[in-house]
Amino acid sequence: MPSRAAERDPAGIGTARAIGFVAPALLLIGVFLVFPALWTLYIGITDYRLTGPAAADPRVVGADNFTTALRDPLFGNSLWLTALFVLGSAVVGQNALGFALAWLLRRVRTGLRRTVEGFVLLAWILPGPVVAYLWFAVLSRDGGTLGLLLDRPGTAWLVQYPMASLIVFNTWRGTAFSLLLYTSALAAVPPSHLETARLAGASGWQTVRDAVFPHIRGHVLTNTLLISLWTANDFTPFLLTAGGPNHESEVLPVLIYRQALESGRLGYASAMSSLLLVGNLVVALVYLRLLRGRA
Amino acid sequence: MRRTTIVLLSVAGLLAGCLGQSRQADPARNADAKDVTLTITANAVAGGKNARGADWIANWVIPRFTEAQRAKGVNATVRFEQNGAGDEDFKTKVALDFQTGGGGDVVELDGIWLGEFAQAGHIRPLAEVVGAAEVDAWDGWRRIPDAVQGLGEFDGKRYGVPMGTDGRVLFYNKKLFARAGLPTDWQPRSWDDLLDTAAKLKALPGVWPIQLDAGTAMGEATTMQGVLPALAGTGTTVHENGKWQGATAGVKEVLSLYQRIYREGLGDPVLQQEAKGRDRSFALFAADKIGILLESDYFWRSVVEPRTGVAKMADRDTAVGWALIPARVPGAGVGGQDFVSTSGGGVRVVNPNTEYPRQAWELVEFLNSAEAVKSALAGGAQVTQRTDVNDEVLAGDPMLRFVAERVLPITRYRPGLADYPKVSAALQQATADVVSGRSPDEAARSYHEALVEAVGEDAVTGG
Repeated sequence: MPSRAAERDPAGIGTARAIGFVAPALLLIGVFLVFPALWTLYIGITDYRLTGPAAADPRVVGADNFTTALRDPLFGNSLWLTALFVLGSAVVGQNALGFALAWLLRRVRTGLRRTVEGFVLLAWILPGPVVAYLWFAVLSRDGGTLGLLLDRPGTAWLVQYPMASLIVFNTWRGTAFSLLLYTSALAAVPPSHLETARLAGASGWQTVRDAVFPHIRGHVLTNTLLISLWTANDFTPFLLTAGGPNHESEVLPVLIYRQALESGRLGYASAMSSLLLVGNLVVALVYLRLLRGRA
Repeated sequence: MRRTTIVLLSVAGLLAGCLGQSRQADPARNADAKDVTLTITANAVAGGKNARGADWIANWVIPRFTEAQRAKGVNATVRFEQNGAGDEDFKTKVALDFQTGGGGDVVELDGIWLGEFAQAGHIRPLAEVVGAAEVDAWDGWRRIPDAVQGLGEFDGKRYGVPMGTDGRVLFYNKKLFARAGLPTDWQPRSWDDLLDTAAKLKALPGVWPIQLDAGTAMGEATTMQGVLPALAGTGTTVHENGKWQGATAGVKEVLSLYQRIYREGLGDPVLQQEAKGRDRSFALFAADKIGILLESDYFWRSVVEPRTGVAKMADRDTAVGWALIPARVPGAGVGGQDFVSTSGGGVRVVNPNTEYPRQAWELVEFLNSAEAVKSALAGGAQVTQRTDVNDEVLAGDPMLRFVAERVLPITRYRPGLADYPKVSAALQQATADVVSGRSPDEAARSYHEALVEAVGEDAVTGG
């Protein structure tokens, strides 16, 4: 029977020392997470700008920025494009490709599997500007690789099919995480279940659906949650299309950047950042609900 | 829970005090310092954008200035912060620098940003930063014409020293004109005249006849090298009698011109929407793939310049021709002119955050001395701020003499008002709409709405 003191202090180092241990972490979180978040909320209720009179003397305008954003067709457009981007490249693209690769690579020789995984990982760990530059070369109008391969030289892929290009790009870029996660998830599926399915004459798809999926459902949800949030906040589209042509690929992070730094509307952009944060929280809550429902 | 609320509120209260503050500066601080560190910030980089300016600062200005200071017993260290970014990105960077209390001591800005930077308190009148007596004592002022000095002024106060000015013309490729059977000595008299020539150039395979900057990706270039000269050709300027032009007849005519060029295949609509469209248009012109291009004399000096340009043309002197920009029809231009142009120019300001205001001003004086201005040209030519230098150097360059003699008398400057960038952005969007297929009337209507939203109903005409 542990004493009350041991209950309150299971590590036995005393409250002061415990606080000492977590203080550095709390400080970092406070400085780099809590403070910027509060700061963004605060700027979001002002008309603060980068230049002009409102930069010298910003006024608090209450919820104006938020109502303006919700009525702004650019914001609506951006919200739709972000949803499209997340659905196409993360929920469907990275998930499906990651799982397919993990499933197919299960039984191949280790050397081949490591090589494929290596290439997929490379796409993930290369710095954004390097990757953007490579894709520029692939999608360029002047002798770009894709145009030459498809015998359609002179096609400006990033201008004519901006969202499709971004979705393919981000699927390529982010699949590694799903691949790794599913590879380890599949290892946890009991071989006896797969064997039973095989003996029962299940097709490949039936095996995945009825024997594998129930085991990895939690992994699927966690993976989808993480990659959805990353994709919704991803700024790399700016490097490829800068939101163009004519706002056709202006996902929310790009819109926020352009409003804040190109148009100098810091207050307005902060309000939109807060809305993006709320959107992310809602998505996260939905996933957590689903996860809990499973348990 | 209650404690959390109190913490949040006190943090918010602390934050509230932080926005938009600026400190009061003392012009005489560190005036007698023996060890001085100064930084020059410019959108110029060795081997890239404005390479000549960058080399000049690194190899001429810094050693000579340091030497001159040493002669006075001052140990000066001058750093050069190079940038090779698009104009809009550079502006953002510099604004952030000023905003956060940092930035170079002497900063090169586009004259058109002066108003908004001044209203933001990012820059302050030279008299406040450096001291009125110091500034007025400079003998260089009388060499700079009043119109050019105006580039560095806002609300009647001096904020900086102009770095020269420029003029916009139609550049054309004489080789393409010859191949299309057109006279290589060319001067269109009206928009129809211009478009007829373009239609003839269309016969050449792989050649876009005309490049008139459009769309939002080109940024201010669209306004300055596209909308504003065209608008001047309809007889108006963008800001008249205290009001901005909304969906007026002039704006609709300009948008119709864009429609004729980009919907009739005289210009490349895709190029206008690319992220690096303007740089590409330079490369295409240099590769004999664009016939006519509206640009400032910067294009001649720094883009197709055979030695240091970013899109070098070895045969520039024989292959590139230039012509005045015609009004819609003769006599229909602003002020009843047959031909029109627009001008701008850079300004060097002293950063109010500088630790060494006196020494920074000495550096500005040095940068604008006749000797320095002449050496900046490095044997080339440019319409500089100083009349004494212009008289000497422009004789050797027919293009720039043309700008000084024929373009500057008919040109218009942009209104240096804080709202201008918003108007400019709305105009860019209107051209983007036309290029991507909307009708000029529709585009003009959305433009008008955007403008009213941005600057207020009372400040807009037309519609």
